[in-house]
Amino acid sequence: MEIILSAAIGILSASGIWLVLRPRSFQVVIGLCLLSYAVNLFIFSTGRLTPGAPPIMPKGGFIDPTLYADPVPQALVLTAIVISFATTALFLVVMIASRGMTGTDHVDGKERSQQ
Amino acid sequence: MAEHNLFLLLACLPFATSLILLTLPPRARGASTWLSALSLAGGLVVLAGFLPGIQAGNVLRASLEWVPSLGMNMALRLDGFSWLFTTLVLSIGVLVVIYARYYMAESDSLPRFYALLMAFTGAMQGILISGNVLVMVVFWELTSFMSFLLIGFWHQGAAARDGARTALIVTAFGGLCLLVAMLMLGHAAGSYDLGMILRAGDRVRAHPLYGPMLVLFLLGAFTKSAQFPFHFWLPGAMAAPTPVSAFLHSATMVKAGVFLLVRFSPVLGGTEAWFFIVTGAGCITLVLGAAVALYRHDLKGLLAYSTISHLGLITALAGIGGPVAILAAIFHICNHAVFKASLFMAAGIIDHETGTRDMRRLSGLFRPMPFTALLAIVAASAMAGVPLLNGFLSKEMFLAEAVDWHNGTWLDDALPYFAIVGSSLSVAYSLRFIATVFFGPPATGLPKAPHEPPAWMRRPVELLVLICLLVGIFPALTLGPFINTAARSVAGADMPYYHIAVWHGVNAPLILSLIALGVGTLIYAFSAKSIPHGPEGPFLLHRIRGQRVYDWILFRLTWRLPRLALRWLSTEALQPQLRLLVLAAIAVACGSLWGVLFFASDLRLHAPNPAFALLWLVGAACAVGAAWQAKYHRFAALVLLGGAGVVTCLTFAWFSSPDLALTQLLVEVATTVLLLLGLRWLPKRRSEIAEDKLLPAKIRRGRDLVIAVAGGLGLASIAFALMTRPLIDNVGDWFLGNAYYEGGGTNVVNVILVDFRAFDTFGEIAVLAIVALTVYALLRRFRPAPESIAAPAQQTVDGSPSLDDYLYVPSVIMVWMFPVLIMVAGYFFFRGHDLPGGGFAAGVTLAIAFLIQYIGTNVRWVESRITVLPIRWMGIGLLAAAATGMGAWLFGYPFLTAHARYVHIPLIGEVPAATAMLFDIGVFATVMGAVVLMLVAIAHQSLRASRRREIDEAPRKEAA
Repeated sequence: MEIILSAAIGILSASGIWLVLRPRSFQVVIGLCLLSYAVNLFIFSTGRLTPGAPPIMPKGGFIDPTLYADPVPQALVLTAIVISFATTALFLVVMIASRGMTGTDHVDGKERSQQ
Repeated sequence: MAEHNLFLLLACLPFATSLILLTLPPRARGASTWLSALSLAGGLVVLAGFLPGIQAGNVLRASLEWVPSLGMNMALRLDGFSWLFTTLVLSIGVLVVIYARYYMAESDSLPRFYALLMAFTGAMQGILISGNVLVMVVFWELTSFMSFLLIGFWHQGAAARDGARTALIVTAFGGLCLLVAMLMLGHAAGSYDLGMILRAGDRVRAHPLYGPMLVLFLLGAFTKSAQFPFHFWLPGAMAAPTPVSAFLHSATMVKAGVFLLVRFSPVLGGTEAWFFIVTGAGCITLVLGAAVALYRHDLKGLLAYSTISHLGLITALAGIGGPVAILAAIFHICNHAVFKASLFMAAGIIDHETGTRDMRRLSGLFRPMPFTALLAIVAASAMAGVPLLNGFLSKEMFLAEAVDWHNGTWLDDALPYFAIVGSSLSVAYSLRFIATVFFGPPATGLPKAPHEPPAWMRRPVELLVLICLLVGIFPALTLGPFINTAARSVAGADMPYYHIAVWHGVNAPLILSLIALGVGTLIYAFSAKSIPHGPEGPFLLHRIRGQRVYDWILFRLTWRLPRLALRWLSTEALQPQLRLLVLAAIAVACGSLWGVLFFASDLRLHAPNPAFALLWLVGAACAVGAAWQAKYHRFAALVLLGGAGVVTCLTFAWFSSPDLALTQLLVEVATTVLLLLGLRWLPKRRSEIAEDKLLPAKIRRGRDLVIAVAGGLGLASIAFALMTRPLIDNVGDWFLGNAYYEGGGTNVVNVILVDFRAFDTFGEIAVLAIVALTVYALLRRFRPAPESIAAPAQQTVDGSPSLDDYLYVPSVIMVWMFPVLIMVAGYFFFRGHDLPGGGFAAGVTLAIAFLIQYIGTNVRWVESRITVLPIRWMGIGLLAAAATGMGAWLFGYPFLTAHARYVHIPLIGEVPAATAMLFDIGVFATVMGAVVLMLVAIAHQSLRASRRREIDEAPRKEAA
């Protein structure tokens, strides 16, 4: 399982990095989304893989922390998901505004040949 | 204790006054004058109270804790020297305040002026009385800053702005040097306390850092005191209102530099380097300043250069550094402050009453303004060093030091010549001032008819001139004891009492004084005719202007160099920047993990599950496919992105994270819809980009592929190494164990978010709200690309199916889903504290409920039925979260301390009722408002576009 998940993180991040380095703004948006999946999964994986033990506690009684998934990475990733939605929205709006103003979807607002 | 508090009061009084003055209206001229003058007078009364202790040789201390961890206390220290200097500053301050009341025009805001002046006085006083050298540097920089504001008080004029800026740059640069010097000094002396440093002279001088320390220290002092070659800012600063010049360039600002030299001469002085640099710079400045002063046509320009010259004299004395030289320096600091302040004020009166300061136009003013003329003549004679005036005494002491003191160096041999040349020139320019302005034929063609000023404008000058006379005639009865106390506090308590006398018999200094008077008169007599027509500087020297060198350097440093650096080191293109960022991240990861990153030998892996492998096979294909298609097939890329998102979501669910899975799924929906809405405004790419097929593009892609693969491999191996190591005990265990008892909830993730780490969440929802508002603001002025303004093809082709044709049943179901989704959102919200759900999930769910209405019908249909006010939702959400947090204050707990309990509600049962729930309401409302605001803002663009089309088409239809 660990090998599969780390390979998944690797492929997601490689695709994300490649897209982030591309010249078209839509590619960069998609790349950032993929990269955020990769990073969220990475942070999540620092809590190790624990199938079938969500951090939902019984009401009272003794609690053995080793029986539950680590809640800290989960809490970190949860807000990250919502924030990455917001940044995607912001980037998208900047992108379409830039397309409207410059007439090109190159990230620099001008084609390479015009530089 | 009373003394301690009074001392603190003294330090704070000017600043407090400044703050009060800022609140007064501009027309409160009388009130602001009284307030400022009384505040300074109050400071003087406090100082007078300290006098007996000071004269007994005591050192007064007070301190407030400031940054105790750094050993920095707001320490204050008052000894004889700082007492005398502070008294001088405050006394001249009172006179300047009175003078400014009459000098400043009705249109100038006096309260603002006085507020700046008081703050400046406070800063200057702070330099004098601070007992910690770092605190001293803080005040030092504050004087630079306040003088910038004061010099630029008439900020409408370009000269004032330039002068202020030059002064700020030069003196603040010096201040930075001084800061470094003080850090070294403190390091060498082992303490930043002034008293300790003053006693650690031997250790400091023997320290290996003594050389750089001395140079930096002197840079600080010389820039402030306008010593050569940093003298050029002072004439530029003459664009200030005259009261400012009278204050800054007589008793304060420029004197801070010589104060520093005198203060630290027992610590840093006494070495050959000190003598050569300090006395050398002082002598050059003395002669150069005096020579240029003779040629200036502007009255204030003459006084400015004369100030530079006199500061050179004091600097030269500080460089010599024996007890008598120190005493002479302190004496001349006082004398110069008195006569120069009165001369500046007199020049201001002349300017005020005639409308010009140009000495080529002024003439014969003795007749129309005899009192002012008399005062100015006495003060100028003091400046020239005429016997029976205060300037004579201290200058004679300088001459005596130049002749009598020896250390056998060539500079020491040259000292008398520098002294005599400087003194003669000073006589010459003083004579020129007196002769051209007050004598000769009556001036014609002045902007105003000259007359005497209001009586109270002249009073400060009268008082100062009276002091010139009294000190000049009875030095031992007036200033003598104070000067001795001051010098003793600098040079050591064992210094013998120096009796200042007018008459020492016929000796070398007296003869030199007389020679200077004679030669000076001759110089003026021979050059009087040619000066008004010549350039404003002595022969050849007027071509070399410090200001021009400064401008040249400044232009190179602040204009050329940054642009050159920008061209070479930076790029506007995004791709190279991102590439560097990724490469740097890879490099840092490699650098820090190289050799450390190993995989545990006994891998305790979970057995691979084929279903999970298949899942990620699809996920990886989606990711790679999205990367491949994003350029030409955006829609396909978007769908594939969604696929990768869903697989991620399932992974969260697989590994016991129901909260994440739920949130990821909901956000995935919102993101996809958002990008779809955005695609409407991104015109389709219809033809292939020709450049893509060329070799350079292929090379770029290959290079980026290598970078991407390297990054991916790196992240994968770090993730693998992490996952295969056993989890050590961490804070998560505590959260697990205490979520129920402390947070009153069983869903630990939610308890962390809304209780344990609620402050983080508060910050995050604030960010969300800010981003949403930014998106909204950007879209309000949105201009779409011209290609995408027309209605999309589906709407324009005749006979194409309308929304109702292919979405009729779904749209009815979507409308009916609205209440269901609201209920689901409520369900997520209320169970959130105990089971997966919570404010984030509920907020996004409700946002999706609204979104579905927009998709299923259309904007107009929805908005005629529901009023959504997302901005208000966000505002209320943030306020609710903040109010919950502040509620804890009422019970005496820190911000966002939560209280938890369960409440029994009939029929429903035990319900968690923590205050964290109220906070979660805030989270919920903010998230919902932000998501709706962003989505609706983009969705509205279609409506705006169609409205615009209707407006455009209306006239065409009418024409048809």
